[in-house]
Amino acid sequence: MSPIIYMKQVKKRYQTGAVAFEALKGINLIVNPGEFIAVVGPSGSGKSTLMNIMGCLDVPSSGIYKLEDELVNKMTHNQLADIRNQKIGFVFQAFNLLPYATAFENVEVPLLFAKVNGKKRRARVIELLARVGLADKAGNRPTEMSGGEMQRVAIARALANEPDIILADEPTGNLDSKSGSGIVSLFDELHSAGKTIVIITHDMNIAQHAQRLVRLKDGLMDTGTEDPQLATAS
Amino acid sequence: MHLITIYNMFVRDFRKQRKRITLTLIALMWGTISIMLLLAFGEGLHYQLSLNQKGMGSNIGVMWAGQTSIPFKGMGKGRRIHLYKEDPAFLAERIPEIRTIGGEYSRWGVRLKYRDKLLSEHCTGIPPEFEEMRHHIPQAGGRMINQLDMDAKRRVAFIGSQLKERLFEDEDPIGKVVMMNNMPFTIIGVMIEKMQMSNYEGMDEDVIAIPATTFKAIFGDAYLDDIVYKAHDPNQMAVIEKKIFEAMGQRYKFDPADDRALSIWDTVEGQKEMSNMLMGIKVFLGIIGFLTLLIAGVGVANIMYVSIRERTREIGIKMAVGARRAVILWQFLIEAMMITFLGGFFGMAISWALTEGFKKVPIDSDVLEFMGRPTVSPEIGLIVIAILGLMGLFSGLFPALRAASVSPVESLRYE
Ligand SMILES: Nc1ncnc2c1ncn2[C@@H]1O[C@H](COP(=O)(O)OP(=O)(O)OP(=O)(O)O)[C@@H](O)[C@H]1O
Ligand SMILES: [Mg+2]
Repeated sequence: MSPIIYMKQVKKRYQTGAVAFEALKGINLIVNPGEFIAVVGPSGSGKSTLMNIMGCLDVPSSGIYKLEDELVNKMTHNQLADIRNQKIGFVFQAFNLLPYATAFENVEVPLLFAKVNGKKRRARVIELLARVGLADKAGNRPTEMSGGEMQRVAIARALANEPDIILADEPTGNLDSKSGSGIVSLFDELHSAGKTIVIITHDMNIAQHAQRLVRLKDGLMDTGTEDPQLATAS
Repeated sequence: MHLITIYNMFVRDFRKQRKRITLTLIALMWGTISIMLLLAFGEGLHYQLSLNQKGMGSNIGVMWAGQTSIPFKGMGKGRRIHLYKEDPAFLAERIPEIRTIGGEYSRWGVRLKYRDKLLSEHCTGIPPEFEEMRHHIPQAGGRMINQLDMDAKRRVAFIGSQLKERLFEDEDPIGKVVMMNNMPFTIIGVMIEKMQMSNYEGMDEDVIAIPATTFKAIFGDAYLDDIVYKAHDPNQMAVIEKKIFEAMGQRYKFDPADDRALSIWDTVEGQKEMSNMLMGIKVFLGIIGFLTLLIAGVGVANIMYVSIRERTREIGIKMAVGARRAVILWQFLIEAMMITFLGGFFGMAISWALTEGFKKVPIDSDVLEFMGRPTVSPEIGLIVIAILGLMGLFSGLFPALRAASVSPVESLRYE
C-alpha cells in the first residue's frame, strides 16, 4: 500500500528580516491511509509548521512532499487550492469560522468552491451538520454557539468534500475537557469510517486515541514509532 | 469563472458590510450627481447660447462704412466712405462665395401711434432677404416683407414680438394700421420670438421693419447704414471679407488694406470663439465633477482596503478550505464594482429626475433665458458610466490584487 503522505528531508526556513530561522530541519515522515497519528512536542518545536505544509497551506523550503503520490513542492496556487478543497479537511484550534455566517453557510463554503450545485449542496450541508450532531443549529452564527459546537461546525466543514485526510491543529486547545472529549470521539468515529487523521495535541489523553505518536523537538522528529503508552510514561 | 460562487459569496459578505457600504454609496451618489448636474448645466448652457446665437442669423457678416486711414492715389486720409443701395447687388455679382446679401437702413426714435398708445421706436428698412439671413421669420398668420412690397414701395411693416406686445397687447395686429411719424403703415407680420445674444442696431424683438425702398422714399436717407451678407460656407468668411475690401476699394477708391475704410463683423468668428469658450466651460465643469467623483472613488478604494484588512482572516479561511486566488480577486473586484455601479445608478437616476424637474420650471426667468436648462444628453450618460466603470475597476483592482496574493498561513495568523 502506497503512503498517503510521504515526506523526505522536508525543511522549512523562515526569513524574518536579516534573521533566518529553520523551523523544520529535515522531517522524514510516512503516513499510511487510514492511520490515526498524533503529533506532540513542546511549543515552538514546529508542529504547526509541519501541519501547514502537510495541509498544503504552505510549501516546504526544501525536501520532498508527496500527497497521494503527487509531488506538492512545485504545484501552482490553483492546484494547492484544489487539494485543500478536495483532499484535505483542516480543523484549527481557533475554529476559524466566518464570523458573520451561520453554521449552515460556514459548512457550505467549501462546497461553493467545489461548484456543487444548489440543491445537492443544501442536502449535503444538512447531512454534514447532522453527522456532527448540530442539525438543529444550522441557523446559528458563531457568536450564538459554544466552543464545542463551533468546533463541530468546523469539522463538518472539513468533511464537506469527503476528503481522505483530516488534519487538526490542537482542535481541543480552546475547549473544556467535556467538549474536548466530544470532539475526540468524533475523530475516533471518522477514523473508524476510514479517514486518515493527523492531530496535534498537548494532551496525552487525546494522544492515546492515536495509533502512532510523532514527537517533534526543535524542528526534528524522534523516530515516529514510539508507543503512545511509552510516551505517556515519560 | 464560477460566477455563481462569486455571487453567492458576495451576497453573503454584503450583509456584514451594510453600514460601511451605505456610506460609500452616499459618497458615490453625491459624486455622480455633481458630475451629472455640472455636465448637464454645461450642456444646457451650450444649447441655450447656440439658440441665442442663431437668433441673429448664422454664417452672416455685417458691414459698415468708415473713414480711410491710408492715403490712396493722391487722396488724403480721413475721407468718409459710404454704402449705397446699389452696393449689395454689385458685391453679389463680384463675389460668388456670397449666398445672400442685402442693405439695411436704420433710424432710431420714430414715433409710433396705435389707438391711445404713443411709442418712440427703432425702424429699419430692409429687403426680403433678411427673412433668411437675419431670421426675420414671421409667426403663423403673418408674413415678412416681399419683393412686391419692395417694388411698389408699400407702406407695410413687419414688427418684433416685444414691440407687438407693447403696441397691441393681446390684439391680433395683422392688418391693423399704425401711424409712424404720422404716416399709416399696415402690419403684415410679427417676428417669431427669439433669443438673441448679440446685436448691432438693437434687438430684433423691438424693431419695426419696413421695405428698404419705402424707407428711402419716406426718410430720404442717402446711404445704407449697413450691409448684411451670408456665406455659402462658413469657412469662406475670410475670403469674402478680403474680396469685399478689394471690390469696394476699387469702386470707392481706397486701399484694400485699409481696415478703417470698412468695418466688418464676422459673426462666424464670434461663434467659433463662443463655442471654444463653451467647450472650455464644459471641460471645466466636467473636471470639477470628475474630481468630486474621484473623491468618492478614493472612498471606494479606501473602503476596500479597510475591508480587506479587516477580512484578512476571512480570506485566509476561504483559502484554507479551497478558494483559488481568482475567487478572492473577483470577490473584491465585483464588490467594488457593485458598490460603484449601485451608487452611480442611484446618482444618475436622481440627477435625471432633477433635470426632468427643471424642465417643468417656466423659462420666463432671465436667468434661465441665459443659462438654459440643465440637460442630460446620452453622451453625458455614457461619459459618466465610463468614468464610474473605470473607477470601480481601479478602486477595486489594487485592493483585490493584494487580497488575493496573501498566503493562507499568513492571513490565518492575522488577528
Ligand atoms: N511566519 C513565521 N516567521 C518566522 N518564524 C516563524 C513563523 N512561523 C513560525 N515560526 C517559528 O517557527 C517555530 C515553530 O513554530 P510552530 O508554530 O510550528 O510551533 P508549534 O510547535 O506549533 O508551537 P505551539 O505548540 O506553540 O503551537 C517557532 O519558533 C516560531 O517562532
Ligand atoms: Mg502550533
